[in-house]
Amino acid sequence: MATPAIRMFRRLEGLFCVYKPSGVHWKLVRDGIEANLLKGLNAAPPQPVPHQVRFLTPPGADTEEPRQPALYAASVPALSRHPLVTGPEFQHVKVGVGHRLDAASSGVLVLAVGNGNRALNDLYATRVTRDYTLEGEFGTATDNFSHTGRVVERSTYGHITQDKLDRVLAMLQGANQKALLMYSNVDMQSQEAYEMAARGLLGPEGKSVPILTGLRCIHFQPPSFTLEVRCLNENQKYLRKVVHEIGLELRSTSVCKAVRRTRDGPFTLQDVLTRHRWTAPDVMEAIRQYHLSKKTRRHTHPQIKDSTFQTKEEDKERARQQHET
Amino acid sequence: MALSCTQQCLRCRNLLFSKTLASAWQYSTQLGYFTTEASLPTKIIHASSIIRGSHIKTKAKHKWTQQILCFNNFTAKHMSTEPTGRQDVEELSKADISHESSLLPIIDAGPATKSQMPLDLDAATEVSALEEIDDVEALSIPVPSAIPPASTSLRDYVDQSETLSKLVQLGVNLWKLEQRPNVGSMLLRLNFDTDVAPRLMFLKDIGVEAHRFGYILTHNPFILTESLENLQARVNYLKLKKFSSETVASMVSKAPYLLNFSVKRLDNRLGFFQTQLNVSASNTRDIVARLPRLLCGSLEPVKENLKVCEIELGFKENEIQRIVIAVPKVLTANKRKLTQIFDFLHNTMKVPHHLIAKFPQVLNTKYLRIRERHMFLEYLGKAQYDPALPNYISLDRLVSLPDQDFCTMLALATLEDFYLFQKTL
Repeated sequence: MATPAIRMFRRLEGLFCVYKPSGVHWKLVRDGIEANLLKGLNAAPPQPVPHQVRFLTPPGADTEEPRQPALYAASVPALSRHPLVTGPEFQHVKVGVGHRLDAASSGVLVLAVGNGNRALNDLYATRVTRDYTLEGEFGTATDNFSHTGRVVERSTYGHITQDKLDRVLAMLQGANQKALLMYSNVDMQSQEAYEMAARGLLGPEGKSVPILTGLRCIHFQPPSFTLEVRCLNENQKYLRKVVHEIGLELRSTSVCKAVRRTRDGPFTLQDVLTRHRWTAPDVMEAIRQYHLSKKTRRHTHPQIKDSTFQTKEEDKERARQQHET
Repeated sequence: MALSCTQQCLRCRNLLFSKTLASAWQYSTQLGYFTTEASLPTKIIHASSIIRGSHIKTKAKHKWTQQILCFNNFTAKHMSTEPTGRQDVEELSKADISHESSLLPIIDAGPATKSQMPLDLDAATEVSALEEIDDVEALSIPVPSAIPPASTSLRDYVDQSETLSKLVQLGVNLWKLEQRPNVGSMLLRLNFDTDVAPRLMFLKDIGVEAHRFGYILTHNPFILTESLENLQARVNYLKLKKFSSETVASMVSKAPYLLNFSVKRLDNRLGFFQTQLNVSASNTRDIVARLPRLLCGSLEPVKENLKVCEIELGFKENEIQRIVIAVPKVLTANKRKLTQIFDFLHNTMKVPHHLIAKFPQVLNTKYLRIRERHMFLEYLGKAQYDPALPNYISLDRLVSLPDQDFCTMLALATLEDFYLFQKTL
């Protein structure tokens, strides 16, 4: 028998994504959302307490000499089924986390509820790419490649032009393209490899070293610059190291100031839930949207549109325009 | 313990099967052996099964299986026919019932059964399971209740125990209580009329509202085991310290453990706050009345927080006093959170100490909230927290306004813009 809470839980099962703020561990985000979902689920109207028939002695009867059987049947609520005794209906919700984001980075974090965890595994079994924006700054080098670390080196950056930066980025992308071919387990001299390459399907199966499949500079204003990266099997530390190595390649040094994920597989910034919307009704709405989009995607072939991704600059630009009008 | 019980039980059964011709004397010695050891309720139940067995052996050994199946019936018959035996068995069955209903208290029924047992042995009459009995007899048959002797949950006892069912009706969350060690058995031992009701009446007399009882008992069930004189003494002490009776009532309902502290300990703790904060008695009263949790918790974190404020954050003593009087919660806050917020306020937003001391509410808000609001204002070019300059934004309004009001009144932007901005952080 489905209680209201169970029915609500059925509607909560699926995938959704949240915007993880920087400075917060992903586990904290996940636990907070689980607590919110539990609160929402247990706030659903409880089952009415069932009644049971019991034989009671009337309060006035003298128990000393019961000549007549002084019991009567009465229907009383079975208190052992009372919500205060049984506890809340849901005490755990299975909330799975997609590709992790470390504490210092922010951005799209995919979460799965209930049987959505299976879909989450399937999602990462396919080769999904992720987009990041990296903010870097020339002039210093630190021990952990981010601006919070201990400074180990300082350098000049006057000689760096956008042209030089683009050349380095192109070189890096070429090297990664080679790695992509190397890690795809197909013989390069075969017809199969040709067909896969023609359809753009070449790539590593499962685990591999991080591979950057796309790399471009979207903002350059020395000493700060912003890169947009599309990659496979990465972690955030690796991306910071990439920024560091770009600095070295340019005969200078650089640190990464922010790592922000703008897309994880099909989840983009448009459908993320920001911090104030991590509640059960909003999550339910997001999951409904996800199921709807899956239905429509079945009819139209998926294609990744470049225009859907928004960079920080575009967001800010739009906010500024809206603010001015 | 359970193992030894089952072993003895098996032994007893072996005896009954093999020595069918053994004399009553042997059984009585067996019984003596059992009852001297029988200090636990489960064993007493075994002993009574031996009595039954011995009757069967001496009188009607060919029908023993049938009679085991209808033991209750048999006992009833036996009670009505044999007066001395009846008394005895009644005593036994009473003991059994009381064990099963109260479960945890150990009733020492051993010696009584031992002394009277030999009289009982030849007293059984034969009854059939199919024989009809009238209502009165049926009533006097002790029905073994379905309660398990031990359980991990209070669920099994709620329907039978008057105390527990009344507590549920009061709104006490038994599910939370049973997770705490020893609380379940303590609650089961209580008697509603003698233990629970007087204390509730006492709470009502000092002015606690009835709908808070559930909250108080859920958090502090041990108030039910405190003696009434102690409770009264503690309330008198608080009143002596010039807390008004309404304040005492609100303090008790906010901090349920307050009345479990001895007068001496309460006095020590009040003294601690007055000396550590170096504030007047009326201010201490005010702080404690607003956050009575301070008196119940550990004092070590409070000391640490004061040191953090003084040394790490660099507030002056009068500023600390001002902060604590305005927001007592700073004393129990997590010190890492305090330093994180202060670090952001002082080093990123460049707010000086005296302004933070003027608006201590900011230390009590969420770090992320301050950060995203400040960054939004900074992005719009409105982050100006100096009261001497135009377009001043007070810290108080920055953190206390809800998102909608913050956007319209301080940032002069729409809520959607603010939410879009949050996605770019």
